[in-house]
Amino acid sequence: MPVLEIRGLTKAFGGIQALAGIDLHVNKGEIVSVIGPNGAGKTSFFNVITGMFEPDAGEIRFEGESIVGLTPSTITHRGVARTFQNVRLFPNLTVLENVMVGRHSRTSQGVFGALFRTKAFLQEEQEIEDHARDVLSFFGSRLRGYREDQPAFALSYANRRRLEIARAMATEPRLLLLDEPTAGMNPKETIELTGLIGSLRDERGYTVVMIEHDMRVVGQVSDRVVVLDHGIKIAEGDYDTVASDENVIEAYLGRPVNNGART
Amino acid sequence: MSTTRSITDFETKDVVIQGALAALAISFIAAIGMLGEFNNRILITSLLSLGYLAIGWIPILFGYRASAEETIEGIDPPIKGPRDLLVGGTVGAIAGIVVSAFAWLAASVDLTGVFIHTGPGMRSALTFGQGIGFGSLLMIVFCTALGVFGAALHVMTPTVRSVIGVALGTTIVIAIFEADAKELFKGFRIRGVASILYSPTGGLTIVSAAAVTALVVAIKVYGKGHGPRVVYERVKLHHTSQTPEMQRRNSWIWGAAGFAVYLVIPQILGKSLSETAVTVGLFLVLGLGLNIVVGQAGMLDLGYVAFFAVGAYGIAMLTSPFRPAQWIPQLDFWVALPIVIIVAAFVGILIGTPVIRMRGDYLAIVTLGFGEIIQKLFLSDWWKPVVGGAQGITNVPSVSIGPVEFAGANSKMVFYLVAILVAGVFVLSHRLQYSRVGRSWAALREDEQVAEAMGINTVTAKLLAFAIGAVIAALAGALFAAKVGSVFPSSFKLLVSLVILVVIIVGGLGSLRGIAVGAIVLIGVLGGPTLPGLLREFGRFKLLIYGVILIYMMLKRPEGLLPSVLRSRELHHSELTQDAWLDKAGDFEEDEEVTA
Repeated sequence: MPVLEIRGLTKAFGGIQALAGIDLHVNKGEIVSVIGPNGAGKTSFFNVITGMFEPDAGEIRFEGESIVGLTPSTITHRGVARTFQNVRLFPNLTVLENVMVGRHSRTSQGVFGALFRTKAFLQEEQEIEDHARDVLSFFGSRLRGYREDQPAFALSYANRRRLEIARAMATEPRLLLLDEPTAGMNPKETIELTGLIGSLRDERGYTVVMIEHDMRVVGQVSDRVVVLDHGIKIAEGDYDTVASDENVIEAYLGRPVNNGART
Repeated sequence: MSTTRSITDFETKDVVIQGALAALAISFIAAIGMLGEFNNRILITSLLSLGYLAIGWIPILFGYRASAEETIEGIDPPIKGPRDLLVGGTVGAIAGIVVSAFAWLAASVDLTGVFIHTGPGMRSALTFGQGIGFGSLLMIVFCTALGVFGAALHVMTPTVRSVIGVALGTTIVIAIFEADAKELFKGFRIRGVASILYSPTGGLTIVSAAAVTALVVAIKVYGKGHGPRVVYERVKLHHTSQTPEMQRRNSWIWGAAGFAVYLVIPQILGKSLSETAVTVGLFLVLGLGLNIVVGQAGMLDLGYVAFFAVGAYGIAMLTSPFRPAQWIPQLDFWVALPIVIIVAAFVGILIGTPVIRMRGDYLAIVTLGFGEIIQKLFLSDWWKPVVGGAQGITNVPSVSIGPVEFAGANSKMVFYLVAILVAGVFVLSHRLQYSRVGRSWAALREDEQVAEAMGINTVTAKLLAFAIGAVIAALAGALFAAKVGSVFPSSFKLLVSLVILVVIIVGGLGSLRGIAVGAIVLIGVLGGPTLPGLLREFGRFKLLIYGVILIYMMLKRPEGLLPSVLRSRELHHSELTQDAWLDKAGDFEEDEEVTA
């Protein structure tokens, strides 16, 4: 059964048709890349799936159940997490606190627990902290040690991107949406993160949908590539099929689509 | 290389501007009548009155500032010397000349139409009662001397400066808080000290002022290395070196000691100081409650007084024998309180529901409106049969626990109640801040959309903050009603909301200790919206001083007196980032991504 099933997804902003009837299915354990030129509707696609915008028409099913019309927090609770294209951390909270916030939907203690420091509350706080540290360890020592207590704004750009992924991981998603995870990274960091995206699936068992511009990354980790242009899916298939698709080449305005890719 | 500056090395323009600004400040203080009114209050017999203190600090400050040089990183500051004294003196002299000109102007042109206090009283105060000619000369000498003194403070080494500053400061504080100090001496059963220290006509005698100053200097010089911080560190070290079992036993001892202090405090404070402490306590509770909404959840609520009113009216309507709606059963305070808490939470959610969709300025304006609506409702004829309209509700009985009555007029007893409430709300605020709920508020404040995407139900989180804030305000209101014994709509004006907000902003938004400091400084020392503080003389100028403090804080220290970590991070973002870079300059190996 597909984890994510999308049929006829449509969303317009005023006169601009951001999404014009997109169909997509993502199977469990797949890594699917969504590519397309600027303004193709990729980020809108993510925003609609995660409930930040409600679609005008169409159906989104996560694990067989419709998630259209649910609030973003409910959708996160169901098991969908995302990162943002323009890194959006909680800049003044520490690295550890950022990840701890991600545990919100998996924990339940409220005001009374906090006020009376009940056993359940203390246990849960410990669990939140341990889990946050565990998630941070996914990136080796980069976000551990003294970094844990640094405010997020003091991190380097690459580390901010990593922290965003860690925060999304803390929500224990089954479907992870990554919006340009390697943007702004240098080649070495990109290679490292590409490997990590692979292990997100292999070790953690997440299904990953990723928007990415770096074709090397797309080619390396994707099981399947979906190409959007003007809100329409113009091609779908494995990397090599898509890379040689005429529509795709045209969408990128004649720019060789395999520019910089493995040859 | 440090250089000595030549004696004429200063910008004439800067010096003139500084002098003119000092003169403007002095003239303003005189023109609004502060000088004249404060002159009645003697601080040191035949030497200093509060009025001259109110203008005297200005030439000192400006002299200090004008003589100080710009510090540029990487360049050694020039050696301090006579040039600085000259600059300070010049600034003072210019200030004196301009102030004298102002006195002369007030004498020849009638300014009383605009500033009603610029009559002969002010003129004689500005000329030391010596006539315009000789008086002006005195004023110029006065300002010049103080300007030189300010510059001298700058020239001194920091150690000497701190000794002189603390000594003079202590003496002045002891002189200003004469009435309160007398109360305290009475509380400690050493009334004799007061009669030695203060002259019978008011103010310190010159001898006692000199003695106090000398004593403080002696303590500062010989007491080095035994200061409170050092002692604290030592106690802490001792504490951490103990076994957990001993620590637990010690915490019992500390608790008992704390409780004993708690029992004794109001007896020492006496009636009027207890009264002030009670007011500070109520505002502290309100500040902590508003801090949950504004500081933690980041929603600017300008109508917070509404919830205070709900608590006060709730108790009055349920417990007063003279309640307008007699069909409501008369209850005991402790039975009524839970009802009031539930109602307040409900009102919080009710007001919160429509407003939480808004952000920032819009939210502020809408809450402001709701605050006013609630006050107007309590004043209205529509609600008059229940809440009594402008006549309010009187004869609200005081709180009692068993046979112990906490009569409102007996501020010492009320202190006990308020202290417990303050402690409770402190614990509540602190524990919430470092919990799952507190983190969700912090996330909300940082980025609402992302908080929602991370699984936080922002609607519930916001309503929870509103409801908890409302309950805390209602608790303060309930106690207020029982203490004062009557509630009137006029007690719940917009000004109260604003004062609470100023308390937490000046103290430090989000910082619990900061809010305590803010409440003590603003409510305790200056006075609340209606009640006087320790500086009773400031009553009329209270709001002016509030404004000055607020402007100064916003410009120079927006994070507050004792800021929270979060808030200072936010306001000094860029500096911190730079520091982080500098700190890491050494370990680039591990941090190669920083260079990318």
